[in-house]
Formats: sequence, C-alpha cells, structure tokens
Amino acid sequence: MPRLVSHPDEVKIISRRFGMGAADIDRFVELGGYESAKKALAEGPEWIINEMKASGLRGRGGAGFPTGLKWSFVPKQSAKPKYVLVNGDESEPGTCKDHLIFLHDPHAVIEGTIIAGLAIGAKTGFIYLRGEYRYLIQIVEKAVADAYAKGFLGTNIFGSETEFQVIVQTGAGAYEVGEESALMESLEGKRGVPRIKPPFPAVVGLYGGPTVINNAETIASVPHILAMGGAAYAAVGSERNGGTRLFGLSGHIKNPGVYELPMGYNLKKMIYEVGGGILGGRTLKAVVPGGSSTPVLRPDEIDIGMDFDQVGKAGSMLGSGGVVVIDDQTCIVEFALRTISFYQHESCGWCIPCREGTDWLKKSLTRFHAGFGTMKDIDNIQYLAENMMGRTFCPLGDAAAMPTIGFVKKFRKEFEDHLNGKSCPYAKHVEVALV
Amino acid sequence: MSTESMSIFSPQLAAKFDALVLKYPVKRSALIPMLLYAQDEIGYLSDAVIEEIADRLSITPLDVRNVATYYSMLRFRPVGKYNVQVCTNISCMLRGAYDIFEHFQDRLGIGHKGVTADGLFSLEEVECIGACCWAPAIQVNYDFHDELTNDKVDAVLATYKAKGATTNA
Repeated sequence: MPRLVSHPDEVKIISRRFGMGAADIDRFVELGGYESAKKALAEGPEWIINEMKASGLRGRGGAGFPTGLKWSFVPKQSAKPKYVLVNGDESEPGTCKDHLIFLHDPHAVIEGTIIAGLAIGAKTGFIYLRGEYRYLIQIVEKAVADAYAKGFLGTNIFGSETEFQVIVQTGAGAYEVGEESALMESLEGKRGVPRIKPPFPAVVGLYGGPTVINNAETIASVPHILAMGGAAYAAVGSERNGGTRLFGLSGHIKNPGVYELPMGYNLKKMIYEVGGGILGGRTLKAVVPGGSSTPVLRPDEIDIGMDFDQVGKAGSMLGSGGVVVIDDQTCIVEFALRTISFYQHESCGWCIPCREGTDWLKKSLTRFHAGFGTMKDIDNIQYLAENMMGRTFCPLGDAAAMPTIGFVKKFRKEFEDHLNGKSCPYAKHVEVALV
Repeated sequence: MSTESMSIFSPQLAAKFDALVLKYPVKRSALIPMLLYAQDEIGYLSDAVIEEIADRLSITPLDVRNVATYYSMLRFRPVGKYNVQVCTNISCMLRGAYDIFEHFQDRLGIGHKGVTADGLFSLEEVECIGACCWAPAIQVNYDFHDELTNDKVDAVLATYKAKGATTNA
C-alpha cells in the first residue's frame, strides 16, 4: 500500500479525502461527494464552463492547457455522439499521483467525468487506466457500479432526465497510449499510434465524435472547483496557474511522497523543507522537475515557483509534477542513458525521427557510458536530439529529445569525464538496458 | 461465438466476454481488455486464444496479433506462476532498483525474462510502474510491493513460495 505523507504547507483540495475511506460511496457522499455534480446539473453547461475558466485550471497531464477553454471548443451541435475521456494511463517516469487518486478517491474521478459530460453535452464517459493498475481498476469499477446502483449514473442521473454512462477501460502496457490520440486508438481496439492533428479531439475524437480528454488529476479537481467556486480555486495558485497540484517527490529525497501544494510553490523549498532535503545528507546535483521528459535543472536553477509559466521560463517544463531529485553521487550520463532507454522502449515506431532517433541516442549513450565515446559524440548526441524536435505526430519524440539536450548542455563536463577510455567515475548500474 | 461449450475459456470468462462485446459503441473496443483477461486465465496468448478472440470480434487473427504485439503486458509464451516485474526506471534506479533486480536474479537463479525450472517464478525488468514515490517497487503479477530492500525481497519471495506450495492451480 503506497504510504501517504503530509506537510504543514500542503493545501489539501484534491487530496482532502485521501485516507478517509472515500472509495466507499456512502462515505464519499457523507464527505460532500456528488454535490457538485448535482449543482452542475441544475446550473447547466454555460455556468460549468465559466466556473472552469475562472478557476484557471490547466491540464495536469503535462501540457498545461486551460481546461475550461478546452471544454468550450467542443461544438454544441454534433451529428455524432460526444465523449468524455479520462486519461489514467499514468506512465511518465517520476509520476504516481493518479495512483493515489484512484486508490483513495475514485468517486471524485467519476463525479468529475459526469460534470465534464454535462458541460459538453456528452452521454458517455470513459475512464482509461493503465493495465498495470489492475487493483485500482477494480476499485474504480466497484465505484462505478455503486454509482449506478445509487442512480448517480445511468439513464436518469440524480433523478433527472439526463443520461450519463461511464465505462472503465484497461490498457495493456504502453506509455505512448498516454498521448491523447493514441489513447483513442487504443480504446478503439487498435495499436496505440498517434493520429495527425488537426483535426483536434474536440472536433473529431473517439469514434469520430467530439471528445474532451483530460488527465485523471484534472478531472478529479473539477468537483472541488465547483464546490469552492472557480475564483476561490484560482486564488490558491499563482498567476494564470489556478489551484494546487499533486507533486510527487522521488529519487534522492529524504521524505519521498505525493504532496498537494499550491501552484507556484518554490521548488527549492519543496525539496529542502517539504521533502526534508537530500537523502543521507548528501549534496544535490540535479532535479528533473516534472517527469522524465522535462529538461533537468541544476541546483542554481531551482529557486523558482512551480507553475507552468515559471518552470517554462527556467527552460524546462512543469510536466506531470513528478519531481525527481538526483544527488552528487549519481552519474548524469547513466541517468541520461536510463531515460533514453525508456523512450526507445516506448516509441511506437510510427514516426521515423522518434523511432530511429531514440534508438541511436540509446546506442550512442550506451557506448559513451562504457567509455568508448569521443568528443564528437557529445555534439552528435545533442545534434541528433535537436533534430527530432517537432518532427513527429505526437510529443514522444520531443519528450525523448528534450531531456537529452538538457543533460548534454548542463552537464557537459560529466560527459567529458567519460572520454578516452576512462571508466565511469560513479558506481555503475545500467549493465544491460531493456531490450 | 457465444455458447460456452465452444469456448476455450472458463464459463465465467466466456460470459464476461459475451457482455464485454456489447458494452461499447464499437465491438472492437473490447479487444485489449479481452486479450488481457484471456491471458490472466490461460497464462499467455496462445493461437487458440487469438483465434477465439478474433472470432468473437469478427476480425482476423492477424489483426488481433497486430494489436497484441504493441502492448508490453501481452505475451505469447508462458511465464512463471508468479511473474516478478522489477522497475528500474529513474526514480527506482536512484533508490537501488538495479541492486534489487540483481538480488532477485541471485535468489531465483534466472535473468531478465527467465523462468525457474519449477515454473513457479519468472523475472522481468520493466519500465515505470507508477510507484515512483515508494521506490524501489516491483509487481508480482498485479500486486505491488514497494520500498524494497534485499531483506524485504527475501520475505516477498518466501510468501509467494508458501502460497505456491499450498495452491495447485
């Protein structure tokens, strides 16, 4: 069972029911659950979207697109059915926040899905979880069945004339399926390869119908936003970054865990105060601020607010909020190799720059880390990665290239330390990377 | 195919599949869940599994294979009764996942994708399993075990060994 943590600086909105038995529907209702859905049903789509816009909520999957705006793009009239799709494929290394949402508060996801459906005029919502989360799928499936039994889902939700159905779907192992169009392909029973955009999902999505697709954390935030009011939610966060975020602290951190902190919370403080500092009292070498695809930050770059804009300004991304802390005894070349090995493994192969690029980067870094690199290789690794950028259907190519460029640019000396047959100055871990 | 007698699956699973194909706006959406649930019961995606699923969805076995080969959890040969999946991705790696992986290899006497002679265990190095804040973490079949140490690994193995000795399924 994943350990829950807490810190006085936390502002518990999404996590407020964690550890309180809210997976049980009666307990959830006792804690105020499904009130926002009822209110949304009474107030109507325009009110919901306005509250969402006022909340400043931005997509928690990593792209940070304003949720209210995304919902407003869905055409009111559509010949084809509209859908809500919840992305619980959570697979970005460093990220385990949705894990806790599904475990402790599955009804918040269901309630958020209903509200999103009401906002866009959809009658069906899908909650897609990665296949590895079987025990969580069972929890969510039970929650859905309980919601049907209470009449919160079905043909007449909450005794109204409105219909809303929810279907829980399992994945079967694929990082790429976390990309919105690949997820739709997977849900349609196909290989999870991305679709070209435009058309965007809001116009042509699942089964060709207009579709809103949101990350599980985004959706779970929705009932809380309607309960407290969009403006009050926005006030918790920083400028243009409403509310809180589930930040996952992992790696060489004394107190790892998922902490809910206001958007814009200082990263240095997050590491040294909330996380208790570096494991074993060692020194910080680097931080990956938002999941493995976000460019690394040096210790002198972490005095920044953790929101989409401030981390962007610092040359990285807030991404999924998975903060990976790296101490001074870690080899950055090895870390870069492990990162690229993951992307090489997960590239679906649809776009050549990603398929070939990740493979060559892995080969180069493997050779380099083993001490067979040349000075020219360092530039080649960066050049190769830079040439993958923006040349693929989906962002996986960028997700592989961006961190690689960051490692080379910011830790060039470590690469040079591996030159001329010198063995890695650090303890070696990656013997055989995944095949 | 909908009559249970013709199915290679248990009556329960066959009934589940009968319902599953009706659940979605498009029948084919049932494909990936069916493959995973079939694998849970049979152990892997045998030719017979692929043919029956293809038949149930009115698509070709080749089409089923084309999809199944994409997903990392789906497999075409049997694994151990308890499939140990060790995450070695960044967050786990920083917390000693490679030592944990090595310890499993020593204890089980098998490597990546190996199966023990008695068929009780198999071992795999896997990508991120979404337990980064509780690293190092593994999954044995679908069960998570987190914040592992070598001692905890021994305890985990002992538990499954005992479980394997008392059940003969």
